[in-house]
Amino acid sequence: MSGDFVDQIFIRAKQLLLSLLPGAPDWLLEIASSVINIAALLGAFLTLFALISVLERKILARIQNRYGPNRVGPYGLLQPVADGIKMLIKEDIVPMRADKLLHFLAPIMIAATAILALGVIPYGRNMTPFAIDGGILFFFAVGSTTELAVFMAGWGSNNKFSMLGAMRAIAQMISYELPLIITTLPVVMVVGSLSPDSIVAAQSNYSLGLVPHWFVLTPWGAAAFMLFFVSGLVESNRTPFDVPEGESEIVAGHMTEYSGFKYATFFMAEYFGMFAVSGLAVTLFLGGWHAPISALQIIPSYVWFFAKLSALLFVYIWIRGTLPRTRIDQIMNFAWKFMLPMAFTCIIAAAVWHYEGRRLAGWLWSFGLIAVVHFGLSRLLDTGKKFAPRTYRFAE
Amino acid sequence: MSAVAFVLISILTLAGALAAATLPRLIHAALSLVVTFLGMAAFFFLLGAEFVGLVQVFVYVGAVAVLIVFTILLTRRDIEKDRGFNWSGAVIAIAVFTGLIWAILRTPTLAMVAPQIPPLTVRRIGEVLMTGFVWPLQCVGLLLTAALIGALILVREEKR
Repeated sequence: MSGDFVDQIFIRAKQLLLSLLPGAPDWLLEIASSVINIAALLGAFLTLFALISVLERKILARIQNRYGPNRVGPYGLLQPVADGIKMLIKEDIVPMRADKLLHFLAPIMIAATAILALGVIPYGRNMTPFAIDGGILFFFAVGSTTELAVFMAGWGSNNKFSMLGAMRAIAQMISYELPLIITTLPVVMVVGSLSPDSIVAAQSNYSLGLVPHWFVLTPWGAAAFMLFFVSGLVESNRTPFDVPEGESEIVAGHMTEYSGFKYATFFMAEYFGMFAVSGLAVTLFLGGWHAPISALQIIPSYVWFFAKLSALLFVYIWIRGTLPRTRIDQIMNFAWKFMLPMAFTCIIAAAVWHYEGRRLAGWLWSFGLIAVVHFGLSRLLDTGKKFAPRTYRFAE
Repeated sequence: MSAVAFVLISILTLAGALAAATLPRLIHAALSLVVTFLGMAAFFFLLGAEFVGLVQVFVYVGAVAVLIVFTILLTRRDIEKDRGFNWSGAVIAIAVFTGLIWAILRTPTLAMVAPQIPPLTVRRIGEVLMTGFVWPLQCVGLLLTAALIGALILVREEKR
């Protein structure tokens, strides 16, 4: 019983807060409830953002064999506070020839869309801030407006680096939106619902109390999860797909002309986008807030969710510390020639798995299907190039 | 509550449309059109058609608006000079508006009470698309594939 109390402690806190408004009309209660949800969401994710920004620097430092931030506070944990103050007191520079309105609106819009996308993810039992029937669709609809915000930043700055960065960003975001959405389709198809809550509920059972029924443990789910993760990496403009802000070529891409707090807002939006895509990956494939073993269900649901989220974020940072930047044409080819056909295969494999009665036969069939298509695609796309001395076409 | 929401969304949508028609800089006009698209989506939400509203945002803001913006970006830059008042455009707009108002006023069904229909769920849309409308769906699919292949052929020209 006490486990249940801890699990629902945030829901109870909210109800307690709402009961401070006795006799209020329904619409006021509705608005108050929304405001509490928004405040909780922002509070939780701004804290996570601060933590992750310092952890990322720590982990990268560890990978590169150095110390990382360790001056402010214990283990450098207060570094984000110092960074925030620094960003706030920096001068806000707006280029003279810039489109002032678009230049001003772009960071606001990009942060707003990232925060909206976070709203539909179930963070724990009864803990979905904005529970609507088409939650998955809402996520992608909101996510697709990010491109406009990036364009506004690039155009509004009136700078060729900004514009080039924005065009690269939009090109790769549009290309990878397709695999991102198509890899969620098998899950939506198998569950038969677009609501994140029912997708999490569909993964709630355990075989023998040990093996959770997460979709990542099926062949199509594993393939779709990997494709989704890579697409998410591109969508959040992270290394190795960070050509939109490649420092060595175009300064900082669409953020070149931003300084001070506006730049910090872009930075925050990038992290929020990363949280949102990882959160959706956890919801779709990693069983949402369910425990990995049924015996561990006494640990509150939100702890599990954030544990899985942190694990995914660690992989993001790990990849950033490990891989070099890819070229834009390599990214595009990969999207259209490999990711997209594989994503379609996942749909068919999920259908086979479903109609074979979700048993071992279906498991093997869908595994075989994905393996055959993967092998065929790899052979087809293998250009057979041996690594010869590099020739330069344009820079001679 | 919903009446207040209706008025607010209407003001936003109409302001966006007006700005899209009048702003001198084409890029600002295109982005004001996005506000109008969002207002339309909000109307669908208000009417309980969640799916249609989300698809509106998805298709119009996510794809059509980006297409418009890119078209402006990649075509011309000398678009910011004032061309004066467009009389023929105004006449056409007024004619369309009068026609619509005339049709609306003559429609008797406005007084009818809306019939109670089951809520439009995604599942129901899927069933209808896969049964009654499967041929139109396939035709649209074929059309889009043809468009995609056509675009690829246009782009591949330089290789020869």
